[in-house]
Amino acid sequence: MRIKFHLTSQVILPVFGAACVVLAWALVSSTVAPDLPSPVRTWQESRRYVLEPFFKDGEMNQGIGRLAFYSLVRVGKGFALALAIGTPIGFLLGLSPRFHQAFDPIVQFMRPISPLAWLPLGLVIFQKSEPAGIFTIALCAMWPTVINTAVGVRSINQEYLNVGRVLKLSRRRMLTRIIVPATLPYVFTGYRLSLGLAWLVIVAAEMLTGTPGVGGFLWQEYNSLVYSHIILSVLTIGAIGFLLDRLMGLVEARVRVG
Amino acid sequence: MAFLEVRGLRKAYVSARGRTPVLGGVDLILDEGEFVAIVGYSGSGKTTLVSLLGGLIEPDAGEILLDGAPVGGPGPERGIVFQQYSLLPWLTVRDNVALAVDAVNPGLTAAERRRITDEFIALVNLTPAAWKRPRELSGGMRQRVAVARGLAMRPKLLLMDEPFSALDALTRATLQDELLRIWGERRSTVILITNDVDEAILLADRIYPMTPGPDAVLGPPIEVGLPRPRQRRHMSLEPAYQKARRALVEFLRASHGTAREIR
Repeated sequence: MRIKFHLTSQVILPVFGAACVVLAWALVSSTVAPDLPSPVRTWQESRRYVLEPFFKDGEMNQGIGRLAFYSLVRVGKGFALALAIGTPIGFLLGLSPRFHQAFDPIVQFMRPISPLAWLPLGLVIFQKSEPAGIFTIALCAMWPTVINTAVGVRSINQEYLNVGRVLKLSRRRMLTRIIVPATLPYVFTGYRLSLGLAWLVIVAAEMLTGTPGVGGFLWQEYNSLVYSHIILSVLTIGAIGFLLDRLMGLVEARVRVG
Repeated sequence: MAFLEVRGLRKAYVSARGRTPVLGGVDLILDEGEFVAIVGYSGSGKTTLVSLLGGLIEPDAGEILLDGAPVGGPGPERGIVFQQYSLLPWLTVRDNVALAVDAVNPGLTAAERRRITDEFIALVNLTPAAWKRPRELSGGMRQRVAVARGLAMRPKLLLMDEPFSALDALTRATLQDELLRIWGERRSTVILITNDVDEAILLADRIYPMTPGPDAVLGPPIEVGLPRPRQRRHMSLEPAYQKARRALVEFLRASHGTAREIR
C-alpha cells in the first residue's frame, strides 16, 4: 500500500515544532539555568556516544546503542512476563463473573501503585537487582493488557456468541474459534499500552538499582555532574519509546484488519 | 402430533423504563417438510419469535414442542439464518461453514467433513469464493454463506430471520430463487420470517400474518395454493397468488388499524 506523502504536514511542521523546543532549551540554558548544557554543548560532549554507539570502556561508560540494548532486553523480559500473566487474567476477568467479583477490586487497587513502590519490594523478594527490575516492569506494565482483554471479552458482539450457542460448540472451540479471535484487537491495544508503560518503568528501575542501561547511565551521569549525558539519555529514551509505540501500532493495525 | 407445536408463547422485555410486552401468546403448528412464512410489520416482534424458537432467549410463558419434546436452550437441530448474517469475520467462507459441519458431525473423519463442507458451499454457488473472508464478499454472497451454514447444521427446523431484507431487490430475487431450488431438492422444514408479502407467497406453503405489537399474535394461517415447482415469472397472474396476497394484505391492514399502539 502506498501512503500519500505530504511535505508540509509530515516534514516541515514536525521539524518546526522540534526547532521551537530546541530554541526554548537553548534560551533556558543561556538565561535562568546556567548549569543546563546548551544544545551545542550537549552534542559536543555526547558525540562519541552517538557516533560510536557500541563502544565499551567500562561497565557504566558505553555507547548509547549498547546501553539502549541492555534496557531493551530488560524491558523485553518484563513485557513478556506482563503479557504472559496479564493476558490470561484479562480473559478470566472477562469470562467469569465469579473471578471478576473476586479479583477486579484487587486489580483496581494495584493498578495505580507506582513502580517506585514495587521496586524495593522486588529487591526484598529476589535479593538481586536484575529480577527485581523485571518484576517491577511486569507488575506495572500488565494492567492495560489485563483491563483491555477483559473489556474486549465483555464487548464481544452477541451475534458471534449466538452462532456458537446455536452450534453448541464445546468450551474449547468457543474459546479458540470465537472468543479469542473476537477479542484480539482489544488485546493488542492492551499490549501496545503495556509496552509503553514498561518503557516508562525501565528508567525508574535502572535508576534505583544502578544497573547498566539508559536509565542507569542517566542517574550515574547526574551523580558525576555530566549533565549533557542526562539530556542524551532523555532523548534516547524518548526516541526508543516513540519507535516502540509505532512498531506495536503496526502490529495492532494488522490484527484489526484480520 | 404435529412436528412443531408452539402454544401460548409470551415474551416481554423488562428494562429500567418499564415492561415492553412483545409477544402476547403465539400459537403455531408445523408439519415436517413444510415451508411456513411469518409476515409482519417491522418491530412487531418477529426477531423475538425467532430467538425464542431458536432457544436463544427464554419465554415468559408458553411452550415449544419439537417432535413431541420440549425444547430448552439453543441447538443445531434448530438452525438459524440470522438477519445480519452473523458470519465470523476472522474465518474464511469455508471455515465459517466448516464450523457448523464439524459441530454436528463429530463422528466423521476430517476428510468426510471436508467433503460435506465443500458440498454445502457448492450448493449456494460459492465454490470460487471459498477462501475469501466475509468482508471481501458482497451482501448477497454473505447471506449465501449464512444459508449454507444454516443448512450445514442439518437442522430438523431451519429458522430464517428476514434473511434477504438487507439486500437490493435484484440480489434478493436471485437468492429467493436459489432458496426455492434448494428447498425443492432437500425439503427441509423451514420457518421464514419476513416483511415482504411477495417473498412469503413465492416461497411458503402456508403464511401466518403477525399483528403489530405490543402483545403481537399470529393471525389465522393462509394457505398458498400455488403448485410446486414454482416459477417467479407469471406467478403474479395466477388466481391462487392473488387470492393469498389479498387475504394477507387485508389481515395486516386491518390488524394495523386495531393495534392499541403503533411504534
